[in-house]
Amino acid sequence: MNLTPELNYIREEIEGYARQYGLDFFEVIFEVLEFDEMNEIAAYGGYPTRYPHWRWGMEYDHLSKGYAYGLQKIYEMVINNDPCYAYLLRGNALVDQKIVMAHVFGHADFFKNNYWFSRTNRKMMDEIANHATRMNRYIARLGQDRVETFIDQALSIENLIDYHAPFIKRMETPQRSDLEEQKEEIIRARRLKSKPYMESFINPAEVLHAEEERIREKTRMKKRAFPEEPEKDVLYFLQEHAPLERWERDILSIVREEAYYYAPQAQTKIMNEGWAAYWHSRIMTEKALTDSEIIDYADHHSGTLGVSAGAINPYKIGIELFRDIEDRWNKGKFGKEYEECDDMDAKERWDKNLGLGREKIFEVRRIHNDVTFIDTFLTPEFVERQKLFVYGYDKSTGNYVILDRDFNSVKQKLLFTLTNCGQPHIEIIDANYKNRGEMYLMHRHEGVDLKHDYAVDTLKNLAAIWHRPVHIETVVEGKGTLISCDGKKVEEETIKVQGAESGGAAEKQMP
Amino acid sequence: MVHRIDKDSTRFKHIVRSQIRKDLKKYISQGELIGRKGKNLVSIPLPQIDIPHFRYGTKEKGGVGQGEGEPGTVIGNDAAGTGPGAGDQPGEHILEVDITLDELAELLGEELQLPNIQPRGAARIVTEKDKYSQIRKSGPESLRHFKRTYKEALKRQIASGTYDPANPVIIPVREDKRYRSWRTTYRPESNAVIIYMMDVSGSMGAEQKEIVRIEAFWIDTWLQHNYRNLERRYIVHDAAAREVTEDIFYHLRESGGTRISSAYTLCNQLIDERYNPASWNIYPFHFSDGDNWGSDDTQECVALLKNSLLKKVNMFCYGQVKSAYGSGKFIKDLGEALPGEENLLTSEINDKEEIVDSIRTFLGKGK
Repeated sequence: MNLTPELNYIREEIEGYARQYGLDFFEVIFEVLEFDEMNEIAAYGGYPTRYPHWRWGMEYDHLSKGYAYGLQKIYEMVINNDPCYAYLLRGNALVDQKIVMAHVFGHADFFKNNYWFSRTNRKMMDEIANHATRMNRYIARLGQDRVETFIDQALSIENLIDYHAPFIKRMETPQRSDLEEQKEEIIRARRLKSKPYMESFINPAEVLHAEEERIREKTRMKKRAFPEEPEKDVLYFLQEHAPLERWERDILSIVREEAYYYAPQAQTKIMNEGWAAYWHSRIMTEKALTDSEIIDYADHHSGTLGVSAGAINPYKIGIELFRDIEDRWNKGKFGKEYEECDDMDAKERWDKNLGLGREKIFEVRRIHNDVTFIDTFLTPEFVERQKLFVYGYDKSTGNYVILDRDFNSVKQKLLFTLTNCGQPHIEIIDANYKNRGEMYLMHRHEGVDLKHDYAVDTLKNLAAIWHRPVHIETVVEGKGTLISCDGKKVEEETIKVQGAESGGAAEKQMP
Repeated sequence: MVHRIDKDSTRFKHIVRSQIRKDLKKYISQGELIGRKGKNLVSIPLPQIDIPHFRYGTKEKGGVGQGEGEPGTVIGNDAAGTGPGAGDQPGEHILEVDITLDELAELLGEELQLPNIQPRGAARIVTEKDKYSQIRKSGPESLRHFKRTYKEALKRQIASGTYDPANPVIIPVREDKRYRSWRTTYRPESNAVIIYMMDVSGSMGAEQKEIVRIEAFWIDTWLQHNYRNLERRYIVHDAAAREVTEDIFYHLRESGGTRISSAYTLCNQLIDERYNPASWNIYPFHFSDGDNWGSDDTQECVALLKNSLLKKVNMFCYGQVKSAYGSGKFIKDLGEALPGEENLLTSEINDKEEIVDSIRTFLGKGK
């Protein structure tokens, strides 16, 4: 349903304020939904039509149970599209609708201007509907069980994408000259500088010759390697090279496209929510609130920013960090002079009246993602003020406990959970392993093991798509391990890898 | 309103119940949501299917949190398996919110492939219901619709030009008056009564009663799912029969002889008094260990069934529970004396495993 005249009036008012503040967004189309429609669309990831799949049903089940028992309620939803679509929940108090609208304009501005969203499809509404149409055709032809089984396998590897791929051209398109007969490059080994009479001693001919041979061999190996460079976009690689039927290939491309579409939202969770919260707070408190709405606004706002001990609230961290940046740039608390100042008291009272804050936060929202945002702007003062800590699991008691509050460890842990969207870094090293068309994946181990049972099952799914055995090199409890799956059996072998404690003799385990 | 998501929802539920896509079974976990119902905390089951990914284990991973506390402060535990943040005020008693009885009945129906019950004479039995939803020009003053009458009068006065905005007095005349009126709707009604009868003679032990109780629960659930108005009556008998409450029915332990006919007589009497077969769907269920006192009494039972009971009921179900003391003869006698009676259903229940088969026998006909 479209906006009622009253809501439309409010919307125009809020939109006016947003533009006054300099927010810049695509047209926003608001719709008012009943709670069950809201749950339905939320379960579909914000879109009114999706291809048939049980996981939307599961999501819906969770949302409606949460709503039925009064535990949760979706206030707003907004999708990155041109025009932006935003949904309001019918029956919410007017002040809530105001907050939601102000919040939505913040998101809409972020979607349009943040660099990491610049490569997303702005006509995703249509694209997603197309996906549904294609998927329905396959289901009609092949039956739901068969199609769904493949979708599940594809979803199992949906996180194996290269988050930076939209911005970097990694895949080299073959050039004409590559296809022509390649001239043997002239390979010369590097000579050390020498006087002519010393030449045969400093650069002996046989050594040079051996070196040239080695280089030649290396380039030859590289040319034969497949893929030539390690490939992080596993979905793309399978879509291009796995022996699949056409519909399977298409499903992989659908899953991949949707994964890339949602990726920037995962990459900028803190910033995006922080930005929207920052703007709803400013618009409401400076412009839109009437006296009678203050209490309800405060209640809602504090609910949004509430923290529980176990997890960080992206709204909270985001808004506080944006405010901190604004404050620092207003007062000139940055740069060499400020950094090198030893007097804590002077630092505290530092104020150069620069007034650069507003400009700075708009710049930040344009170029950063969560990782760079935290890396650049998290300060020891901020960590202390916000009472951030690192927690870990204590095996002896089975509890999660606070480990420490040190700035560096907090920052490091935070960055770790954000890098690669908190997903392990996995890439294809060799797709023709042992010269038998087997796939060799490498997990770049960064101190945390893969969830073992999940890894094994994911490997099975990969093997089913690749149709050949698949291996992954990882570290399990400090030992380099190669997990292999030929589609049915899974074997594990201890191997020597960098970063692991010890290689040890190869021992085979049959789980 | 039909939602598009219903299809996905149903599919998800089927997968959770392992009716389809059994390959996903191992990924199904039973999550829970902690809710509040009145003063109690309740656990709402939240089945979940997790597609495996390459990802980190939560335990090793740890993370960043926000709030008070010294190093070493516990912020969550692993009991629920969900990591920190889960759980709400530990130590309070949490009740399970199970699936609704309706869902349970559906499950039962699907599992046993029970047909939906065709209520007897549903079309014949109608009830009238009056609803005041209309307006008429005549009627008793007590039903006068003030607002409509006023509106009519206003309209008339404006039309005839006698309305004076400076002195807005509206005087209705007889033609202006409007009265509330009703409309009668007819709807078919299906009422049902279950009459449980149980032998509580000395030979029926705790185990036998347990079986009866489980079976009665499922029968109840299924019939409740099929009928909006369901009544239950409970009769116990040894040598004599009497009507009891549900609670007593399940917990009474008597001793003494057995005269089944006494229960059948009482059952017949109940039906005659209260449940006119023309407007009620009647389901007598009788459970005993098959031991009856003398063949004379069995003859009497057969006569009762044949001449009156079977004509009045949708079906008469006799479940014979095995016991160490009973002769188990009654079921044979019934079968021999009343061959080919369509609405007499008998089944032997030797142990708990066979309850399912017995229910299928009883409810499988869709009557």
